[in-house]
Amino acid sequence: MTSQTLTMFKFILVKLAQLVPTFIGVTIVAFAFIRLLPGDPILLMAGERGISAERYAQLQAQFGFDRPLPVQYWEFLKGLLHGDLGNSLVTHSPVVHEFFSRFPATLELSLFALTFAVIIGLPAGVLAAIRRGKTLDHTVVGISLTGYSMPIFWWGLLLIMFFSGTLGWTPVSGRISFMYFIEPVTGFMTIDTLLAGDWGAFLSALHHLILPAIVLGTIPLAVIARQTRSSMLEVLGEDYVRTARAKGLSSYRVIMVHTLRNALISVVTVIGLQVGLLLAGAILTETIFSWPGIGKWMIDAISRRDYPSVQGGLVLIAFIVMIVNLLVDVAYGVINPRIRH
Amino acid sequence: MALLDIAGLSVRFQTNSGLFTAVENVDIQVDHGDVLSIVGESGSGKSVSMLATMGLLPWTAQVSAERMAFDGQDLQQLGSRQRRRIVGGEMSMIFQEPMSSLNPCFTVGTQIDEMIKQHKGGSRRERHERALELLAQVGIPDPARRIKAYPHQLSGGMSQRVMIAMAISCDPRLLIADEPTTALDVTIQAQILELLLKLQEEKGMALILITHDMGVVAETAKQVIVQYAGRQVEQQEVRSLFAHPRHPYTEALLSALPERAAGQTRLPTIPGVVPGQHDRPTGCLFNPRCRYATEHCREVEPVAAPDDPARTLCHYPLGRPDAEPSSGPSPGVSPETSSPLRPEVRP
Repeated sequence: MTSQTLTMFKFILVKLAQLVPTFIGVTIVAFAFIRLLPGDPILLMAGERGISAERYAQLQAQFGFDRPLPVQYWEFLKGLLHGDLGNSLVTHSPVVHEFFSRFPATLELSLFALTFAVIIGLPAGVLAAIRRGKTLDHTVVGISLTGYSMPIFWWGLLLIMFFSGTLGWTPVSGRISFMYFIEPVTGFMTIDTLLAGDWGAFLSALHHLILPAIVLGTIPLAVIARQTRSSMLEVLGEDYVRTARAKGLSSYRVIMVHTLRNALISVVTVIGLQVGLLLAGAILTETIFSWPGIGKWMIDAISRRDYPSVQGGLVLIAFIVMIVNLLVDVAYGVINPRIRH
Repeated sequence: MALLDIAGLSVRFQTNSGLFTAVENVDIQVDHGDVLSIVGESGSGKSVSMLATMGLLPWTAQVSAERMAFDGQDLQQLGSRQRRRIVGGEMSMIFQEPMSSLNPCFTVGTQIDEMIKQHKGGSRRERHERALELLAQVGIPDPARRIKAYPHQLSGGMSQRVMIAMAISCDPRLLIADEPTTALDVTIQAQILELLLKLQEEKGMALILITHDMGVVAETAKQVIVQYAGRQVEQQEVRSLFAHPRHPYTEALLSALPERAAGQTRLPTIPGVVPGQHDRPTGCLFNPRCRYATEHCREVEPVAAPDDPARTLCHYPLGRPDAEPSSGPSPGVSPETSSPLRPEVRP
């Protein structure tokens, strides 16, 4: 047991070391990306009134924009290593604070979307694989292809029009009805309402989550269903599945234990890859549903050329995606003994 | 009553270009404690008929048989639950590719344990003891360590031993071994065969050995069925099969044994391949590759003579006085001009 834990520990250390160059690459891209965009944050701040040349130079010196780019990058990197991403040019509060005050909203939405995608996508893929070539299979394949090809913003608007507009079942936007005020503790509305013991607020929060979670989860759902199906089909043809049948096991056991366990290896990888896409998709979904998460915040920061917010936000998002991928690699090792040893 | 009694077994596969008959009208009888060998080249339907018996064919297969009974129970009539009690428990099977036949996600111990749990039950500790005992029985060194190993940590020979341990874990009355040594090194092959025969004798179970290796047949079997292109072409006791093969195909297989080709510069081969779905000849299926084939063979499908115990599927079985195609239509090649090799019985 101890040797196994040790192997796992080494495995994680190696993976962490591999992340370092990726992370440095990300900082360069994040730093350069926003500066490559046309537009000047100071001119944007000044607005239509314009700004005098002296004041402009003064502000440039204040924010450090007058220094050479490599020096600016170095300062950014130094701050990053100390956990300081600078202050937002717009709100003047620390970027880290701005980011993490909004991140729970995005995380909550993404988790619900991913749960929705896995709960529907995994069984759909398994069923399609066992009923290969039958109506159910064709239905699953057809629907997932449609889901995958659907533009998120259009799909979101359609759902809002139908469920919120025509039927009036779900709210159009926001995280919770304005009747309720919930003191943020964890930042997760569903958890905070429960902590506050307000059942009505909890239901309202769930109610607000349904549509955005479905919209954000649609593409991952389609990807997971397709991957599960093809992976199951591949594994069903393996010799060891025949061995499992030859043992006289029930078809339930053959499929759920011997086939699904092996099929999951590639499905878990795909689910992990979806996390990056979820954060990207959150930007559109949050904009459609006015969801106060990091997606919407990033869009605002970009349009204001808020350099520290954009580069800091990008680095943090990239960091989170990398950590999730690391966790996926670890999970992969747990599922697949050939990786672990 | 035979332990396994199969009559008129046919298996057809649905393919994109229509039905493909992989096995046609095969009869197999195995008594308690018997060793039967089914021989033939790739594509002769040896594995398919056994997979059909085990119920392991994919859904595209259509299995039909006049009779398909295990120990008097009609396998075709049994519900899936009852059939699963026999499959694995009383009748088990090992396969050609031991490395890919074990589930890569579970340890050796888990996979053996699962089989015992399914058919025999018992406490966790009892099952663990039994698994250790089985691993020792199939000659795996250090069972206490190996039981925790994953399949990718085992060699091919070790994997096949694990498969055998699993297959015999519930004391089956019939073990089907589908080319168990084909994927293994030559030195390991002999060990595995020896192990199978030792277990067969110790446990008094019946053994069906599917192989394309006549050498293996000589060393192991008592009864031999020769299959060609999904049909049973001959069935004999092993000594008389080697001494007096009745079907030209059997004879050709025997003369391709390196031991028999001593003194010859080239090993005799059988030209051509087993016909597939689209290149089936008319008449006897073996006629394009048969050195004795006549016009009659090319036109008319042979049937086994009712008085022939070997049930030879040939118009002109070898080693019989009436083998000369005197009664048939004018022969294209006379058997006298190319008189058959008379193989001796191997020591």
